[in-house]
Amino acid sequence: MAGLAKIILQRLLLGIATLFAVSIIIFVAVNALPGDFAQSILGQGATPESVAAIREQLGLNEGPVTRYLKWLVAAIQGDLGVPMSQALFQSFTGSSTGGDVITVFEQIVPRLKNTLFLAGVSAAISVPLAVTLGILTALYRNTAFDKAMNVTTLSAISSPEFFLAYILILFLAVLNPVFPSLSNIFPGMEFSDRLNKTMLPALTLTLAVTAQMMRMTRAAIINLLASPYIEMARLKGLSPMRVIVKHALPNALAPIITVVALNLAYLVTGVVVVEVVFVYPGIGQLFVDSVKIRDIPVVQACCLIFAAVYILLNLTADILSIISNPRLRHPK
Amino acid sequence: MNALIWIVGGVLLLLALGWAFRFAAQKLTGNKPYFRDMPLGVAFGYVFAAAALLFSVWYFFQPQAVNDIPQPGVIFFRWAVIGLLGFAAASWLFRTVFRNVGSEGSKKLFRSMPLTAAFGIMIIIAYAFVSIFAGFIAPYGQEEILGSANVVAGGNPALGGNPEFPLGTDQIGRDILSRLIYGAQNTVGIAFVTTCLAFLLGGTLGFLAAVLGGWLDQLLSRMVDALMAIPSLIFSLLLMTIATAWAGSEAWLVTVYMIFIIAVIDSTRVFRLSRAVGQSIVVMDYIEAAKLRGEGMGYLIFREILPNALAPLLAEFGLRFCFVFLTIASLSFLGVGIQPPKADWGTMVRDLSQFINFAAFAPNVAVTPLLAAGAIALLTVAVNFVVDWMLHKSSGLKE
Repeated sequence: MAGLAKIILQRLLLGIATLFAVSIIIFVAVNALPGDFAQSILGQGATPESVAAIREQLGLNEGPVTRYLKWLVAAIQGDLGVPMSQALFQSFTGSSTGGDVITVFEQIVPRLKNTLFLAGVSAAISVPLAVTLGILTALYRNTAFDKAMNVTTLSAISSPEFFLAYILILFLAVLNPVFPSLSNIFPGMEFSDRLNKTMLPALTLTLAVTAQMMRMTRAAIINLLASPYIEMARLKGLSPMRVIVKHALPNALAPIITVVALNLAYLVTGVVVVEVVFVYPGIGQLFVDSVKIRDIPVVQACCLIFAAVYILLNLTADILSIISNPRLRHPK
Repeated sequence: MNALIWIVGGVLLLLALGWAFRFAAQKLTGNKPYFRDMPLGVAFGYVFAAAALLFSVWYFFQPQAVNDIPQPGVIFFRWAVIGLLGFAAASWLFRTVFRNVGSEGSKKLFRSMPLTAAFGIMIIIAYAFVSIFAGFIAPYGQEEILGSANVVAGGNPALGGNPEFPLGTDQIGRDILSRLIYGAQNTVGIAFVTTCLAFLLGGTLGFLAAVLGGWLDQLLSRMVDALMAIPSLIFSLLLMTIATAWAGSEAWLVTVYMIFIIAVIDSTRVFRLSRAVGQSIVVMDYIEAAKLRGEGMGYLIFREILPNALAPLLAEFGLRFCFVFLTIASLSFLGVGIQPPKADWGTMVRDLSQFINFAAFAPNVAVTPLLAAGAIALLTVAVNFVVDWMLHKSSGLKE
């Protein structure tokens, strides 16, 4: 087991190094903004004095390396700065209102929770559905059922999310009012009510990721069907269902787990468009809004969080596939 | 709760029918092995499919309007079924024609082609035609503001339509049909240029890394690793923020920056593939021979490696094009992609999306945003069908 711990530690360090590199990329990208950050906060009509004051306040007079390190250290401690919209407000009122300022961190945390809830609901629907359908299509491969599922899933994968979202709105919200088409979630809501309002965005995401997982499950199982031990199980006279569930599935588990983790990573980042369509108050919506008004601190922070979650889930996929595969667990 | 009872009851009824169907078939066929060994699940599947088919046929022939009130469910269902059957018939016809016309090679190709791949090829050709000749096909200009705004699709004056604008006009009076046609030119054209750029960049660097190896390979690979650790849509949104700041008030510059941003982000994936393919080719004997002949780097990459790497790169080109196309459509849908007044499908979906709420009493109004979104989906589905078929063919998978 010592070998396993070492491998996992290696991967973790690699993940942290990647995150570090990503933070540099984000910092460099943001610093490629034309002109001056202070200038862009204050707008065209700013006097040189106020620009200088803001520069002093934000520490823009220091060198890029110092600023990067300060930003990184603050971000690790959970201090992601103040949204530009708030800074703008302050400069208009001419007062530092102190306690009233909402920091980026306070803005992001409740929305991140909403997004994770949405991703969790869609994962809870899509993973069992995908594995079941994958087993069924592998069992009845090359039948009309399999071919119909193939065409359906391929279409679902390749359609843009907003198309799926509007189709669902049309049929489940407008023509048959089953679920509300706007997801106005607020704190202190009852769970059932919240679930009801999250349902349409969750179903859209489910459509988008189930197809991929299902196809991978099917492929992983079918890959194994040519193995001699499956042949043996068949010749013993076991039913096809039993051969697949008891003999093929356990060995196909490793690729299935990997593809599930990868699709969860997709879920967390693919929420952006879906959240915008359903006006779901998650981090994706915040990100797009901030991109439109060029609120750099928020954009920076959201980007970092998305990247961190993405790296974390990819890392999980990596580690799980090592754990579930003995050949990788004991490398020569 | 009521719905749940209905669903459970329906499943139980279908299960009972499935059992009866199997029992009857066993008796009628004298216990043929197929029916004797049929699991109940399969019998259920047959009965379920039959019930769904019966219901569809029944629903299709329901009246489209009761007491002059349109039944939107029936109308949308009819459009969907007619569209599906129409496309299937068209692609069958397309395949049949090309099975009998053309060279021996193409005839053979079409003979073994599944219907989905024929559908894909037909759609791709149609889109290419429309986007190249958009200026001749479109009845009006893409930025032309015509007299009447909010004309309903369908061209029926009684429903608020106008025969001059078969798909209606938008909120400020631009012809939607013309904008859809020009959208093919803008959206598909820009996605195509972006993909080509991504392949040029990623392919060249990937082959270079494979041929030269050493520190250049290490440097490029680690850079690509870091870039790929950021989800691509998030990264492109971040860079688009900066690009819009750079572009200032020049809307067309935003589009140019977008092409470069997406090309660079997507070139990382191309780099990975072309490096891997290139590495397996570089160790071949004929590369060694070319090197000993004293050929230069350009000759090695373009005359020796590229021709041998063409097949996997071509399939990748189709998939990359889909990704790029969807990314551009999503960016435009979010409002930071292709800038107005140029017609573009993503932007059209966003601008027209409110009309969907009128579906319950005016189906013709609600269809316009779906047309733009459907135009995007149709192309990506078509490309994916073709790529799927190509991969299936080249991998030689039989089971």
